Amino acid sequence: MARNGVGAWRRRSTDQFDGSHSSPCGSEEVHVLAVDDNLVDQKVIERLFKILSCKVTAVDSGIRALQFLGLDEEKTAGNLNGLKVDLIITDYCMPGMTGYELLKKIKESSALRDIPVVIMSSENVLARIDRCMAEGAEDFIGKPVKLSDVKRLKDFMTRDVVDRVRSDGGGTTQTRTRQEIFNVSSSSSSVFSAPSSSSGPTTPSRPPPLSVSSSKPMIEESHRHLNCIEEGDQQESSAKCILACSQR
Amino acid sequence: MDVGLVQMQRRLADYANALFKEGILDSQYLQLQELQDESNPDFVVEVVSLFFTDSEKLLNDLSRDLAQPNVDFKRVDAHVHQLKGSSSSIGAERVKNACIVFRNFCQEKNIPGCLRCLQQIKQEFLLVKSKLETLFKLEQQVVAAGGSIPTVQQPSL
Repeated sequence: MARNGVGAWRRRSTDQFDGSHSSPCGSEEVHVLAVDDNLVDQKVIERLFKILSCKVTAVDSGIRALQFLGLDEEKTAGNLNGLKVDLIITDYCMPGMTGYELLKKIKESSALRDIPVVIMSSENVLARIDRCMAEGAEDFIGKPVKLSDVKRLKDFMTRDVVDRVRSDGGGTTQTRTRQEIFNVSSSSSSVFSAPSSSSGPTTPSRPPPLSVSSSKPMIEESHRHLNCIEEGDQQESSAKCILACSQR
Repeated sequence: MDVGLVQMQRRLADYANALFKEGILDSQYLQLQELQDESNPDFVVEVVSLFFTDSEKLLNDLSRDLAQPNVDFKRVDAHVHQLKGSSSSIGAERVKNACIVFRNFCQEKNIPGCLRCLQQIKQEFLLVKSKLETLFKLEQQVVAAGGSIPTVQQPSL
């Protein structure tokens, strides 16, 4: 059923889109679960979403995120105390459970897999991005996160709703494909327009993220850092750094 | 028009512009200002204060970790990663850049290099802390005099 959700975030849940679902306070507020071990980043992310009229729950680890989502207690429902989560945004590099591991756990859960997950990272490593997108991440945002990044996420979700409304004239719902959305909205001249993958089971037809932020000036890093390194990161990051540095 | 207020605002704007020109702050700081409004009038001060407290602890941890007989570089790197992240998030450009250099030395397990970098980071941190505290004082004066804080335009870097 179409839902006139212009100005509101689309709800990706098993609930009917008939307006019957509402948060405990009775409003249509979108509920975002933000996961970041860095307290400064947590505060900024929280504000970014609140300024766009979202309700935010911020936690500092993947474990706590899963606890909040009710997953670690083997609950079948995706909501705890009726607080439905509409979007999960998580840092990639965290001690204990990485954002990628959290993403996998969420997508493995029948109760939670429909919740869109966005990954944030200060290191824009191609292999990492591919890995996350292949695992079902909705988007990958470079840190530091800007208001335009969060607005773009919101626009992306809103557009899905608008298209569904427009195409419902004949009674059949026809959402635009993800590809179409990306082609129309993407105007970034990202370094990631280069062939995207040399690792992982990436689907050939899967488009790159909306616009992985590439406009941030970068001082050269070796990228061979000691934490959150995964197989394939090193080669990709070196290539990417050369590409980025040559574009400065 | 209160000439005194105009002069104060002018001084504030000049001071802020200089911080951007000198590379002490970058455009991310402007992002924070965009997130401040009547409903959250102290947002920037709050985030920056959090950054100060967080960073001081991290810098102490780093000093201690590098003084160990067997330096745990993974641990050191994790702390620098945190510091790099938060300095990046508030727009403390020089602190962030110093962290990047530090991480390279860390990866090489180069203790003298790390120690030099730590000194550099401390210096840059103290500089940005002092500058921002002055900036906040100037803003307070303007607000107390009944004025509003002029928005810094995106500097042409």
